[in-house]
Amino acid sequence: MDPAAKTFATTGRSRKGEPWVWLTAAGLTIGVAMALGLFLLILVKGASSFWPRRIDLMEVSNGAAIEKIAGYITQQTERRDAQGVLHEEIQVFRGNKDLNGEAFKYIDRSNIKATSRPGSLLLVERLEYGPAIVTPVALQTPGGRIEANAGGFETALEKILTQGKAARKELLVIERKKIGAISRELAALARAEKSAGVKPEVATTRRAGLQADFDKLQTEAADIRKTLAESSFLGLTADGKEVNYPAGNLLDVFPSNRAGFFSRVGEMIHRMTKFLTEDPREANTEGGVFPAIFGTVVMTLVMSIFVTPFGVIAAIYLREYAKQGLFVRMVRISVNNLAGVPSIVFGVFGLAFFVYFVGGGLDRWLFADSLPTPTYGTPGILWASLTLALLTLPVVIVATEEALSAVPRGVREAALACGASKWQTIQRVVLPASLPGILTGVILAMARGAGEVAPLMLVGVVKLAPSLPLDDIAPFIHPERKFMHLGFHIYDLGFQSPDAEAAKPIVYATALLLLVVVVSLNLTAILIRNRLKKRFAVSSF
Amino acid sequence: MSAPLSERRDFIHVDNFSFHYGEKQAIFGIDMAIPEHQVTALIGPSGCGKSTLLRNLNRMNDLIEGVRHEGDIRIGGTSLYDPSVEVISLRKRVGMVFQKYNPFAKSIYENVVFSLRVAGRAKKSELDETVERTLKAAALWDEVKDRLHHSAFGLSGGQQQRLCIARAIANQPEILLMDEPCAALDPLATLKIEDLIMGLKEQFTIVIVTHNMEQATRCSDRTAFLYMGRLVEYGETMQIFERPGNPETEAYISGRFS
Repeated sequence: MDPAAKTFATTGRSRKGEPWVWLTAAGLTIGVAMALGLFLLILVKGASSFWPRRIDLMEVSNGAAIEKIAGYITQQTERRDAQGVLHEEIQVFRGNKDLNGEAFKYIDRSNIKATSRPGSLLLVERLEYGPAIVTPVALQTPGGRIEANAGGFETALEKILTQGKAARKELLVIERKKIGAISRELAALARAEKSAGVKPEVATTRRAGLQADFDKLQTEAADIRKTLAESSFLGLTADGKEVNYPAGNLLDVFPSNRAGFFSRVGEMIHRMTKFLTEDPREANTEGGVFPAIFGTVVMTLVMSIFVTPFGVIAAIYLREYAKQGLFVRMVRISVNNLAGVPSIVFGVFGLAFFVYFVGGGLDRWLFADSLPTPTYGTPGILWASLTLALLTLPVVIVATEEALSAVPRGVREAALACGASKWQTIQRVVLPASLPGILTGVILAMARGAGEVAPLMLVGVVKLAPSLPLDDIAPFIHPERKFMHLGFHIYDLGFQSPDAEAAKPIVYATALLLLVVVVSLNLTAILIRNRLKKRFAVSSF
Repeated sequence: MSAPLSERRDFIHVDNFSFHYGEKQAIFGIDMAIPEHQVTALIGPSGCGKSTLLRNLNRMNDLIEGVRHEGDIRIGGTSLYDPSVEVISLRKRVGMVFQKYNPFAKSIYENVVFSLRVAGRAKKSELDETVERTLKAAALWDEVKDRLHHSAFGLSGGQQQRLCIARAIANQPEILLMDEPCAALDPLATLKIEDLIMGLKEQFTIVIVTHNMEQATRCSDRTAFLYMGRLVEYGETMQIFERPGNPETEAYISGRFS
């Protein structure tokens, strides 16, 4: 026998490990593929909901008559009827909810007699009832009627849209800010009167003054509305109904069939911007999600601000000071188990402890004059953040403990040998060295907290909260306010919406946005961590 | 070079000192006196108790649970175990360099001034002056003066160990303990450190643990041979290596057991 064959294992034998390589690699591949698939589905569905689609004008026979329907196809399905014949069915978005009752229509494809794409069709976005698909007829302006085929139609339409936008903004300032300020002052006056801080006759004059201000603002608002009502858009639906949209109700007009590629891309970006920056309308099925983005980000940041010091301090005690024994081991096991408690349980605890006990106590102590209306004794963003901080505490504690125990003994001894006390050693040497590990824990906590919905429903999230927890009304920070959250928004749109079909694209878009928000929060934290790591490259231990 | 040994004042006194890690006794009644401004080498096979003895000179072994000691160690006449002696103030007088270089996750500058900072001294001019003086003493100044505020981890192993020496002497201790300071270094870096040790004894009383016989002959004035937790032989280095008085010492230094 060849001596070499004796000394070295044959190729066949060394290959024996390969099934395990394949098995483990397959496990990873399946995991990655599922995550990617989910992300791609959300990405495609979410992004495509903003793409302005071409509008088809279909002539559909329904037995005797021919019905004209304008809209774009949103879904295709197949259905077998009682005789076993296959029907191709399409779901068409035709808008005009105010006229048709529903924005969607199901059509049997075999019933479609003719399809065309007239360039005159416009997609009109309205303040109420969602979008409409109409052919323009004329514009009614204070200066007279302008026909759709006349020269100045487009400029006049543009002018009406800008005017409407400005007027709505003005109305918002008057109604939400100025009238809000007056009602806050009235409430403060009433409280002062109740606690006898203001004499009744002074209060009466003040109240009269405020009432006069209020009336003046009301007249102002009425004037703006009247000017708005002077202009309107006249159109014709596909089935020949005349419509009249007053300028105040008109948000945007887009010629879907006439627009070229770049103008459609521009419209898509415009729609995305509106989605990101506007308040929701129409039971959240229209408009944007800005308050939800804001609420998610603020809540996650406040949560991190609470959870980081608490978790780090607890971990320092557990790892550095506590005498390692049975008790500490039990505490550690309990902390780890805390991470496995269903989040809704934390929600119940947050409601009972933070909202009712702490918040109620604060109200009785500091805000007694506005009781029985609760100030802090009601769900709000502060309590939600604290509840989530509690929920994510184990993550931070465990990660910090790991990071602390990874600091080599030699480094601690070196610090002590330099005459540092135990606390100085921890503070100046151990903590900086374990900072990257601690930040990893905070990142994990943020990822967990930002995606949590169930407990929030008990401690502060609501369907609609246009007043943000940070604004320009003194004292600028309103930790007691309720807030919106992207995760809850998805649930609300998908399952609580009066028009599930209309909400579907927004569900995907919101899901995509939630992913983007969570990922960017994490990326920011990771960047900070890496910067710290680079500054103090990890030693070679 | 230096004055004859007989003229040197003894500075550290180890009096009938025994030490236990829980059940296991590591040191059995050692008596020795270490003179000031000299390099005293502790040699002996692994597990002979030389590191334990060294780490007791700044009470670093107190950190381990379940240790106890008998006898006494005095520095300049004061017992280390006197209840009125604060461990922190003791460690300020006794600097230490470890086997594996262990700079902090800080800049070179902050590493050097660490002992001043923990002592509450933060005057910029004093810190700057200390950094320059100490790094020069550690023969590192020319190599790092342009990147004092860079991470210490960017230095080579030998440089990191010299930085650790600088850190240990920055607050001007009287004694410098070195626990196999060259064990993790290459021969060239080792030579540099040895040169450094020779220069530093003018200012400090140095006690060094080493496994390297040549290192002990090259840079120590006195050598103590420890075996199985007992002090077997202690005397001037030349005498120990040339005319060992004990057969065990001879066996060890001639490499018959390790």
